[in-house]
Order: sequence, then C-alpha cells, then structure tokens
Amino acid sequence: MAGISSLGCYLPRLRLSRQTITEAMGWLGQGNSRAKGEIATCNWDEDSLTMGVEAARIALSALPHAELDALTFASTTAPFADHANGVVLATALGLDASLRVSDAGGSQRAGTSALAAALAGADGGRASLVVAADQRLGKPGSPQELQYGHGATAAVTGTGHGLAEYLGAEHLAADFVDHYRESSALFDYVLEERWAREAGWNPLVGRAVGRLLGRLGVQAAEIDKVVLACPAATARGVLKATGLRGEALVSDRSMEFGDTGCGHPLLMLAGALEDAKRDERVLVIGFGQGADAILLRATGERQAVSFGLQEALATRREETHYTRFLAHQGLLPVEFGMRAERDNRTAQTVAWRKHEVVTGFTGGRCRSCNALQFPLSRVCVAPDCRETDTQEPVRLAELPASIKTFTEDWLAYSARPPLVYGNVLFEAGGNVFMEFTDFAPGEAAVGRPVRFMFRIKDVDSRRGFRRYFWKAAPGLGA
Amino acid sequence: MARGISDKVVILGMGCSRFGERWDSGPEDLMLEAFQECITDAGIERDQLEAAWLGVFYDEQSVSKSALPLSMALRLPNIPVTRVENLCATGTEALRGAAYAVAAGACDFALAMGVEKLKDTGFGGLPERTKGTFEDLWQPGFTPPGAFAQLAAAYAARHGIPMDRLKRAMAHVSVKSHANAVAAEKAHLRKAITEQQVLDAPMIAYPLGTFDCCGVSDGAACAIVTTPEKARELGRRDAVAIKAMQLVPSNGVELSHSSWDGAHTPTTREAARRAYAEAGVRDPRREISLMEVHDCFSITELVLMEDLGMSDSGKAPDDILDGRYDRDGRTPCQTDGGLKCFGHPVGASGLRMAYEVYTQLSGRAGVRQLASPSLGLTHNLGGIPNRNVASVSILGLLGL
Repeated sequence: MAGISSLGCYLPRLRLSRQTITEAMGWLGQGNSRAKGEIATCNWDEDSLTMGVEAARIALSALPHAELDALTFASTTAPFADHANGVVLATALGLDASLRVSDAGGSQRAGTSALAAALAGADGGRASLVVAADQRLGKPGSPQELQYGHGATAAVTGTGHGLAEYLGAEHLAADFVDHYRESSALFDYVLEERWAREAGWNPLVGRAVGRLLGRLGVQAAEIDKVVLACPAATARGVLKATGLRGEALVSDRSMEFGDTGCGHPLLMLAGALEDAKRDERVLVIGFGQGADAILLRATGERQAVSFGLQEALATRREETHYTRFLAHQGLLPVEFGMRAERDNRTAQTVAWRKHEVVTGFTGGRCRSCNALQFPLSRVCVAPDCRETDTQEPVRLAELPASIKTFTEDWLAYSARPPLVYGNVLFEAGGNVFMEFTDFAPGEAAVGRPVRFMFRIKDVDSRRGFRRYFWKAAPGLGA
Repeated sequence: MARGISDKVVILGMGCSRFGERWDSGPEDLMLEAFQECITDAGIERDQLEAAWLGVFYDEQSVSKSALPLSMALRLPNIPVTRVENLCATGTEALRGAAYAVAAGACDFALAMGVEKLKDTGFGGLPERTKGTFEDLWQPGFTPPGAFAQLAAAYAARHGIPMDRLKRAMAHVSVKSHANAVAAEKAHLRKAITEQQVLDAPMIAYPLGTFDCCGVSDGAACAIVTTPEKARELGRRDAVAIKAMQLVPSNGVELSHSSWDGAHTPTTREAARRAYAEAGVRDPRREISLMEVHDCFSITELVLMEDLGMSDSGKAPDDILDGRYDRDGRTPCQTDGGLKCFGHPVGASGLRMAYEVYTQLSGRAGVRQLASPSLGLTHNLGGIPNRNVASVSILGLLGL
C-alpha cells in the first residue's frame, strides 16, 4: 500500500503583520482591505533550502530508521540555478550519498507534482522524501506582498502503514498564464484574479478532478477534505464547478502565515491530516500551467500530531520593522558599515573536503576515550587522550545542547544586529563556538537549551554564492 | 628539564614610540621613532647589531611580510631579520626570538622590534580578517570584544556573581588604567574617567561597553638584548635581565572539549606556572612588584588576575574593587595605562609592556615610578578565549 508515512512543516519564526505593511505602503492605495493577519517571513539567514532542511528534519524525526531511495526538492525560489539544491539538503540531513536526488520547480504545481510522482513510485517499494519550499517576494506595495508567506513542507512517501493511503492522481498540462516570473526576475507578474478563477482554476481543476474521481469511481460528495491553495473566492468557484462540498474545504491558514508557495498544498494537507479520521478521503489540488489532483485516504493513525505546525505557530515572533523585512529580503540597500565589506569568498576545495563536517554538522566520538568533539579531526582533543585516527563520525544536529557562553555583539557585521554567538555545550560532551540565530536581544542566557538549525552562514555577494552552516536557536519550550 | 634562560639575557636598551592615532606616521616612521630611543639607551652603534626579529600581526594593514620592512626602515647592516607573528603575543614573540639567540650564543647584540599601523583601515576597531579557509566556513563572524565578552557571561554564571557587580569590578579595571595613563606621556588615551561613565557607555558586545575595550592604536616598541658579560663590559650597572619567557598556545581544548568552563584561560595558567618555575618565583603575590597584563578588555584583566595566581578563584572582583591592583595597591597592574589606555598596536604590545617594566625596574619612570620594584611580569593573550596564545615573561634586576 503506497502512501504518505510522515509530514513535516516549517515556518520561519518571524511574522510580519499585514497592518505593518500597509502602514508603510498604504499610501499607494492598494491592499488596505486585506490588512488583516500576518505573513511568515524568512530571517536574513533563511531561504527555501534552509526551510526545506528544517521541514525534512521534522518529517524524518518520526521515522528515525527510514531508508530513503529518492529525494526531490521542489521550489520556484531555490537559491541555486546550477548547484543541486537537493544535494545540499541531503548532505545537511546526513542522508546516504546513493540517494537519487533531484530538484524540481517551474510552477506552483512543483510541490504536488513531486508528491504525486513519489506516491506513484512508492508501489514499487521505493521510499522518497519530497520537500517543497518557497520564499517568494512580493514587490513592495503589491497585493502579493500581503499574500506571500515563506515556508516549507516535507513528506515521506513509501509503502506500509502511514498517515494516508494513496488512491490515485491525475494531471493536466495547460499553458495558462495567470502569473509568471522570468528566471532572473525577483517578482511575479500577476494578472487579474477573476480571469484566473473563471478561465483557469474552474475548468482546469475541474477537468483533472473529474477525470480522477471518474476513474476511481468516487463521487465528489464523498470527498471529506479538499486542499485548495488559492484565494477564498477562487476556492468557492472550484467547489461549485466540481461539485465538491463546501464544508470539505481545508483552511489555507493564510491569515496566520500567508501563502507559502509551492509547498502550500502539502502544508494544508498536513493541517488536514492533523485531525482527519480513519478512511476520510482527502483531495489535494495543485495548480500552475495545469493542475494536479491527488486522492488520499486518511489512516487516522496520527490524529492530533502537529507535524511541526503547532511549534511553528507557538514560537512566532513579530517582525516590527517593515524596512528590516525589506532589507532581509534584499529589497532595500542598507548601510551596514565597512565591516560588511569583508570578503566571504569560499574556498570550494576546503568546502568539499569538509562538506560532511560543515554541511552535515559532523563531529567525532573518540573510540579510545569516548570524548565527543567538533570539528571531527584526526587527533582526539581530550587532554588525557590525544589518540590519532580514533574518531567515529557523529551527527550533532539532533543532540541536546545548551548555552555555555554568549554575547550580543553590536560591533560585528550582522544583517540583523546584534550578532549573537557563543559557546554551546553538548549534553553528551563537546563544545562548539558558533553563531546563534532567532534570538531576540536579551533572550540568550547561560544554561539555556538550544536546538540547531541549518542556516545561511555568509553571503558572497561579489561572486553570487551563499554558504551554509548550523546555528544555535532557542530550544523549544525553553 | 632545561634550566631556561633566566639571567642569561640582559635588556641593554629599549624604545617606544608615542602610541595613538598616528595619522602623520607610517609603520617605518613608528619603527624609527622607537629605534632611535632604543639605540641611544643601549649605547651601541647600529652596525653592532647582529640579528633582528620583527613582530607584525596584520601584514595587510601595517607592513608586508618578511625581513624587509624592518631592514629597510632602519637601513640595518644587512643582518638577518626574522619576521614573527603570534597574534597579540607577537611583540613578546619577537623579544623571545632575540633573547633565545643571545642565550644560545649565536650573537651578542640582537634587536626585537614590534610595530603595528592599525589606523589605515578607515573604520574603528580592529581590521576584519579571514580566520582561515576552514574556520571561515563555520566559526562565527566575531569581533574581539564579542569573543572576549564570552568570558563575562561564563564567569558570572560560574561564580554566581550578579552581572551588575561584575560590571562594577570591570569598570574599576578601566577607571584604574585611565588614572594611570594620565601620567604616561606616550599613552594614547590620557583622560581620567569615572565608574559611572564606564557603566553608562554604549554597549559594544554585551556586557562590554565602550570603556571596557582597549584603544586601537598605532605604535612601535623595541629592545636590544645582549649577554650579561657584554652588559658589564659596557659598564651597565643594575641591568634588567630576562628571568623567564614562556609561551603557551591552545591545542583545541577550549574550542572543542567540554572540560573548559569558558570562565578562565587555561593557557595563561600554564604559562604562569612555567614562568614562575623558570624565574624561581615561589609566591607571585609577594614577589611580583608590578604587572603589565593583556587587558584588551576589562573582563580579560579581571579573569587574568586569577589565571596568574594573583587572586583566588572567584575573588578577582572583590580584590579589584578593594584596589589590590591599583597604583598604590599590593601589586600595581598597568602602571602605564595598559592596552586599555596606552594603546594596543598589536605587534608592539608585548614589547611596550616590557618597556614599562624595564623603565620601572631601571628607576626611570618619573612620576609613575614605583618604590623599589624588583620583579615585573608581562602577559599577552593572543587570539580569543576559544583559541589563543598566552605568554608570560618575568623581568628583574640581574643577579637578584
């Protein structure tokens, strides 16, 4: 039985209220009526890839022994056009190098198409990790700025008992352009919503859903939950066109964090499966130059499990400065001082030699004295040991740890001053001197538990490169 | 174990440029300024020098690498020059090279020069630099104040001392150094300040404010060393001798091992232990007359009082507030204002410390002169608490 075995959702901690946006941009006369709720927005050191890693970690945490065959990273805002984003993700997750890794993109349907492909392949016994993430930018003053949130969702597919059984999928390709973004462009060019709804969503989704339900012999009224990532008026139109029940519509949570892009249908699916009862039929729709329709049957086995969504909502922190939000998204040139001129050129030879240590956050445990240490090195650091070639690699990202020392540095360059950093002590022993992230001034304290998050370490704007490492973030429940 | 170099090397002369924002001077001017004083003090000719050591840290900002900057600036007689660099212990490292050459009998007269030209960056604070191609991939983009501020957070937690009391003790460290620098003519910052000014200053890196940080200065300092025999031949009486020079680099424990508490510098403790042994010092609290320690930040000096064995563990704040390290205290510390106020041109600092101790031991410190000092200690801490090079040197009157 093919299906979804696990899901993970990640939202950046920062939330920008639509009120804050319209207070800054309302003079344009657009979007005031939408000024309710908030959007989730990336910290300066987050992007689609880092969010994807976090979502995947949540999904995999429920399946510690999962043996994956494939990984697909779906995004329309992947940081690299030619440098496999999925491979960075796989390395950060410490996954086996024999994994079949691919990047997907091209439309807002990228997430659902990747999920459908993984589910279709699961019958052959193949387990896949599908990660869909987006960090879409809305041009200041545009309706999209109020609409787009940032986030990521990951799904593990395979055979056996899980969250939902795969019943089937239908796809439709149609070059219907309700919006587009050229490869090098920052912003979408968006056409009239009413046209998109009446000429696009209604007929195209209608055809895909009609074909799927017809093939599976399921009546529209028998669908218990419908995932439609679109504005409410559009959703109403689709329901009417397809005969799906209004009460089956799953909340798009856009008031809480906005439309998170190609991962949003998966994120809504996670919301739907949180409280789905056994045997409830869940229809997942993807839209973009056509449509995907995927039908699932909930097992009901993981009721009331949050898939990270509850934590993401509970740890929210308001971004109070619209201009800082703009600066973090690279939309406002800010004078960060001469220290920001530091050359962050990456020695790729070193990055390759150390990719497991850095990207995979791999330390060593000495076979001789048992001391845990970062970085992994050939000679043990323990003062009474110092044996050579005795260290076994240990993945550190999931280990419990706490703050040993810290500072909030107002002199150092940071895109979000102050730069917070210090020594982190692993419960199992070992010390790492590293940057912290997502700490508000005054939030760090000696002894406070932290969790590790995969983040952008430095941006090399001169050469168009960004490098990643792990950072200490406030521990959950700390 | 070898007996070390105690009393085998004498400081024949020293010189120190004025420290500060020397917009008017390049590194070659600063070196010449220090050298002219030094060679006059030594009473020998430039052509009698047989070897030299040059200490520079930021070659990107000061002078280039190699022997050439010193050889060319002073028009030395084509003698070997060794350029050394060991973070903030660079100046001491230059002196150690020269002293070891004399102790080994390789030459009779050797020059140690330390110089740094920091104020050519166009911004405040120390220059940005790479930490290494691997380190840059993961270590935080720290600044020196931020890296040393870590000591404060850990010290307060480790000893259960409220941050406001620790901040007061740290403030006293800075107030004392400012007061001492008023009488140091070549010092960079020569204004007295109050404890309240320190506490009210803008935050640089929590909990360090502006007045918890040392000056970023241009400057040079140098020494000419020789053997006790040559010093006697030259008629030198009450010569200042090197009693100990010890250098202890980290080997990774503070960076990677959980045994370090983050609240002290193990390298300083080891360097002090070895230096006291080399100099035959049994009770440093009674025997050391004055100290010039690496007070890059107020919290560093506070922690060092324990690492050098001058205060009991957890008691440095009390001792500092009691005035133990003030000019009129039991063991005066930073009688010339230290890094804090005399200034910190990185490559010159170790030699500047030796210059003050040498001047005090020679009885030539003028209004700063302490009553009959016999042993003086200098200490550098290069790098950051997580990985550093500590040096402890002891100077004293020859034969005493």
